[in-house]
Amino acid sequence: MNDFWNMGGYALYVWGSYGACLAVLAWNLASPALARRALLKRLKAQQP
Amino acid sequence: MSAVGAVIARELKLALRRRSEWAQPLVFYAVVATLFALGAAPSAPWLKVAAPSILWVGALLAALLSLDRVFRGDREDGTLEQMFLSSQAVSLLVGGKLFAQWLVIGLPLTLLAPLLALGLGMEAQVIGVLLLSLLLGLPTLVLTAGFCSALIVGLPRSGVLLPVLVLPLVAPSVIFGAGAVRAAQSGLPADAPLYFLGAILVLCACGVPLAAAVALKNALD
Amino acid sequence: MKLIPHWLHRLSSPPVAYGVAGACQPWLGLASVVLLGYGFLGGLILAPADYQQGDGYRIIFVHVPAAALSILLIWAMAFAGVIALVWRIKLAEVFVICAAPVGASLTTLTLVTGMLWGKPMWGAYWSWHDARLVSELVLLFMYWGVIALNQAIADPRAAARACSLLAIVGAINAVIVKYSVAWWNTLHQGPTLKLGGSSIDSAMLWPLLAAMAGLACFSGLVIAQRLRNELLWRERGNPWARDAIA
Repeated sequence: MNDFWNMGGYALYVWGSYGACLAVLAWNLASPALARRALLKRLKAQQP
Repeated sequence: MSAVGAVIARELKLALRRRSEWAQPLVFYAVVATLFALGAAPSAPWLKVAAPSILWVGALLAALLSLDRVFRGDREDGTLEQMFLSSQAVSLLVGGKLFAQWLVIGLPLTLLAPLLALGLGMEAQVIGVLLLSLLLGLPTLVLTAGFCSALIVGLPRSGVLLPVLVLPLVAPSVIFGAGAVRAAQSGLPADAPLYFLGAILVLCACGVPLAAAVALKNALD
Repeated sequence: MKLIPHWLHRLSSPPVAYGVAGACQPWLGLASVVLLGYGFLGGLILAPADYQQGDGYRIIFVHVPAAALSILLIWAMAFAGVIALVWRIKLAEVFVICAAPVGASLTTLTLVTGMLWGKPMWGAYWSWHDARLVSELVLLFMYWGVIALNQAIADPRAAARACSLLAIVGAINAVIVKYSVAWWNTLHQGPTLKLGGSSIDSAMLWPLLAAMAGLACFSGLVIAQRLRNELLWRERGNPWARDAIA
């Protein structure tokens, strides 16, 4: 198991890459979702 | 064709009346090159190595600064609407205008470059290549900047937006242009990058007037 | 009119596109979870270590899909841009705007993973010798240009059409940049995937392809979400949009 986390000495680079990937994926999901919430709130407030 | 001639003549006449339009980029170019030299130790060896890049990027920036307003004045005084009302193809008129801009801004910068190159310690045969590369490369820059300023012609002021749009688009020209000079510096043949520069110029000369006309139409609608 | 089939024309109307994009989202989400899950787990666990690069090569299961998508998206934007300019279809305009931030984020990911791959392999995070990384950097600047242009122009339709033009020019430029930088210098390893006579073991190939397809589905998912937001905002005065909000 330790071998797996160690990645043959490349742990920082491999896990850094997958971490960066996770961060980008999360941003891509969160950014439009938050925008949608703000948008709906704004549009609902504008409606009579 | 006579309409294109008229557009070119008008641009040249305007440039003669407003001398700052072509004089300021020259001063800017000279000052940038001087500041690079002042930033180095006197007769630092890297200055000669960096000279192709300094001279190329300096010329790019100097031309860019004045190309921000290529179409803006025309839009404000209604010339742009007249272009679209005329029976001529707008792309031809735009092409003529950009050619005139190259004559007014690009050509003087090209001619100043050898002088600055001497100051940065470049040899004579390398300066010949520099001159050729700028002769082929600056029209591409003027065309690209013309296209991008057509995209943003509707904005009251563009600030740093024009360079942000233009600079990635001229990256290949910088690579080949400064590359040709570097090749000449190290005694290698410089014709391959110069051919590439020429090919890019032909591509831009064919495509940009059309694209810029579409962009202007879009901004006027 | 013959050039565009009837169903496609119907699909391009904002309310239909809004509904279809919403209906696609769960499926795209499911597909991206399955494919990305298999791709990454396969890349991290199932695939054997590379005989030259050890475990460090496992970065390619992120790097290559992100790079492929970053290039695919600029071409998709250029394609949509042509449709937007020629047929003035609103949906295509909105697609150009919505794909740009996704493309920019994936280009950033390509650069970050490329640098993390470069440190152990070349001993430096960044190398100007690597043609593809340098072209990706220029590509990132072009995505930023599209985003900045869209934000600068106030009228949304004029902004979208200007961005369409820039995306077309940018896609052509991306090709020229790639070859010019390759001329400039290169020490990147050759293409990892070769069609026919693949140079890569199937235990690595399948996870890589799955990760690529998964990232494509994921991009579709988040672009669909952005499309829905943008359509709702642009059409906020229309009855269908009011119904959608209520």
